[in-house]
Amino acid sequence: MSRIAVLKGGRSLERQISLRSGARVEDALERLGHDVVGIDVRSDLVRRLRETEPDVAFVALHGREGEDGTVQELLEILGVPYTGPGPSSCARCWDKVLAKHLMRDAGIPTPDFYGFSEGAFRELGAADALPVIEGRLAFPVVVKPARGGSAIGIKFASDAAAMPSALVAAFSYDRKVLLERYVAGSDLAVSVVDGVALPIVEAVPVEDDFYDFEARYEIGRTRFVCPAQLPDGETERAQELALEVWRLFGCRGFARVDLMRDRETGELCVLEVNSVPGLTDTSLLPQAADAAGMPFDELIARLVELAAVAA
Amino acid sequence: MTSRPPTGSRSARDLERYAALFSTRTNVMKSSAMRDLMAVIAREDIISLAGGAPDMTVFPAEVMAKVMATVAADSHTRALQYGPTEGLEDVKEAIVEVMAAEGTIGVDPQDILVTTGGQQVIDLFCRTLVDPGDVVIAEAPTYPGAVPCFGSYEADVVQIAMDGDGMRVDELEATLDRLAREGRRPKFIYTVPTFHNPAGVTMSLPRRKRLVEVARERELLVLEDNPYGLLRYEGDPLPTLYSLDGGEFVVYLGTFSKILSAGVRLGWAVAPQPVYQKLNIGKQAADLCSSSLTQLFVSAYFRSGEWPSLLAAFKERYRRRRDVMLESLDEFFGPDATWTRPQGGLFLWATLPDFIDTTDLLARALEENVAFVPGRGAYLDGRGGSSMRLNFSYVGDDDIREGVRRIGRIVQEQVALYGTLTGSTPTAAAADEPAAPEDLADVLHLPRRRDEERRARGSE
Repeated sequence: MSRIAVLKGGRSLERQISLRSGARVEDALERLGHDVVGIDVRSDLVRRLRETEPDVAFVALHGREGEDGTVQELLEILGVPYTGPGPSSCARCWDKVLAKHLMRDAGIPTPDFYGFSEGAFRELGAADALPVIEGRLAFPVVVKPARGGSAIGIKFASDAAAMPSALVAAFSYDRKVLLERYVAGSDLAVSVVDGVALPIVEAVPVEDDFYDFEARYEIGRTRFVCPAQLPDGETERAQELALEVWRLFGCRGFARVDLMRDRETGELCVLEVNSVPGLTDTSLLPQAADAAGMPFDELIARLVELAAVAA
Repeated sequence: MTSRPPTGSRSARDLERYAALFSTRTNVMKSSAMRDLMAVIAREDIISLAGGAPDMTVFPAEVMAKVMATVAADSHTRALQYGPTEGLEDVKEAIVEVMAAEGTIGVDPQDILVTTGGQQVIDLFCRTLVDPGDVVIAEAPTYPGAVPCFGSYEADVVQIAMDGDGMRVDELEATLDRLAREGRRPKFIYTVPTFHNPAGVTMSLPRRKRLVEVARERELLVLEDNPYGLLRYEGDPLPTLYSLDGGEFVVYLGTFSKILSAGVRLGWAVAPQPVYQKLNIGKQAADLCSSSLTQLFVSAYFRSGEWPSLLAAFKERYRRRRDVMLESLDEFFGPDATWTRPQGGLFLWATLPDFIDTTDLLARALEENVAFVPGRGAYLDGRGGSSMRLNFSYVGDDDIREGVRRIGRIVQEQVALYGTLTGSTPTAAAADEPAAPEDLADVLHLPRRRDEERRARGSE
């Protein structure tokens, strides 16, 4: 039996999701016989960790604090082994603009994109370049906050007139945004645990076209197909892409790589990597693990084991 | 030993099994991203202008202790026992007193159904009257808390525009004519005529009279939701729709939440007997009866004679906070925003240029540790995206000022950013055609024509 601190909650917009992930993880760890201490992350985190003296910290913290590498940095300093990837890997996954640059440089297919800070528009006149960008990406253009999860703040600009308000909206979530070519097709999630790709989950929203926040977390709003039904060879190709991404970003423990399969061409491309994937009851990684014959408790046990090995 | 259900072992397949069991109604009962995001508001460091809660520090703890002791001494077995579904006679006396204080005299206690909060009346009313697809008329915007209720009974909600004089009754009549031509008869008209939540406006007397006439002419029920009527800070009181109608077609909804305590969870309906009977049966199914303990608490408190001074204390505090909020808005919100100037109640409604989406703006506001309710929650058709509801009852003067200052700064930043993105200067455009503060039609109608024109120009 180990003492395990489950880090959850925090201040981010994904607080509620994190609390759901954290609660599920705590239940599993208790069933596994561990001494579990749930920590809602706030300004007393370091003090709480020092008091608790955990053998392992389970990072179930989504959003900025959990995924930008900050908490991992603190855990390194305190010498507490923790689940999931380290600070540098988190930092690369968290910033979608940086992540897409890294993927493009490495030859991993990802939709065309441009990244801009708010300052570029305020101070460098980037708005004058918008027509060129729109010409290259074609409408609809996807406008995303560069950093953030759960599809929060994602806008689709259908024409040039819609671009300014889409940008203003995306800048509400982050000072940096990503403009990305829209890929119409299926949402595929490849979960990876310890360098092994799990069966692919396809998320099919029941009503809308877009796998948005509500569709992600509300039971019955999305139909999940696992393993995803793909043409011959494509499952392997998608899993291989995910593993390339896993290696490129130096992931550890677990990660979820989100891909799109173009409806017209069948081409696969990578959208992003999640360094602390959701572990709620509608999240994708637990479904993939389940399909691979790894029930939730076993998955959690494995992640704790990997944390201890990595330390 | 722990007996928590093994939630962690639920697999995706188990979830699909649950999904197959849910009623189709739950497809309409959408959770919203904002509701989850609002969880962040519970943080202590957030200045929340989002809630609708009364400031219960107005109610002295020692008074509560004294009244509770009276309840225990005088009627402890009744307080701890079930009561009649329609409510205890004791509390109905207090309700008659409250309604008389607003000028509605002579309410028959037999017509009063005591409920678990005012919210239960909305639920019971829908349960009693609405079949899936039935039309319900509401204001635009409408009380955000009624929206999920309408949704869960699958009502087809038709929203009627408002201006500074409340619901546009001429538009209501035109809509009723259209619906009649389509062979559809609305089941009821839901309205908050006094110090509207969220709009902050009050229905004028001529409109009140006309609305009551329209209800009579067409034999339609009106649900008059009146939680704030006694919280008037200026101007002359107006008669309730119920008193104008005499209780034939208007069903009155009252609550102790804002004038005594929200925690007692006590509201009431006053309805004509045929409707009353159905509501009563609905309530039996819902919760058998409302809390005897809190009913006896309320009646003991009213017997103590202290309620009028409590009401005066609430009014004094909220009037000052409203003034602080209005002054802060004048100072910090800039020329591109407009807002209502309520004469009472707890809320005002601010509308920003239509390129700003207040749902997104909330994310930035939370970064700055301040919160409001995005306007979209007050509409069922996706409108309201540029508006927000601001509450001035719950947080103190300094926090109101600081909260409005922070939101104002973000708004100004976004206006400037939009100007940079479009090469236009929205502030200058607005200056050509200054928005008169009393022109509340402009505050409540969305989208605003000026912004549409500007956008059209931008896309050329």
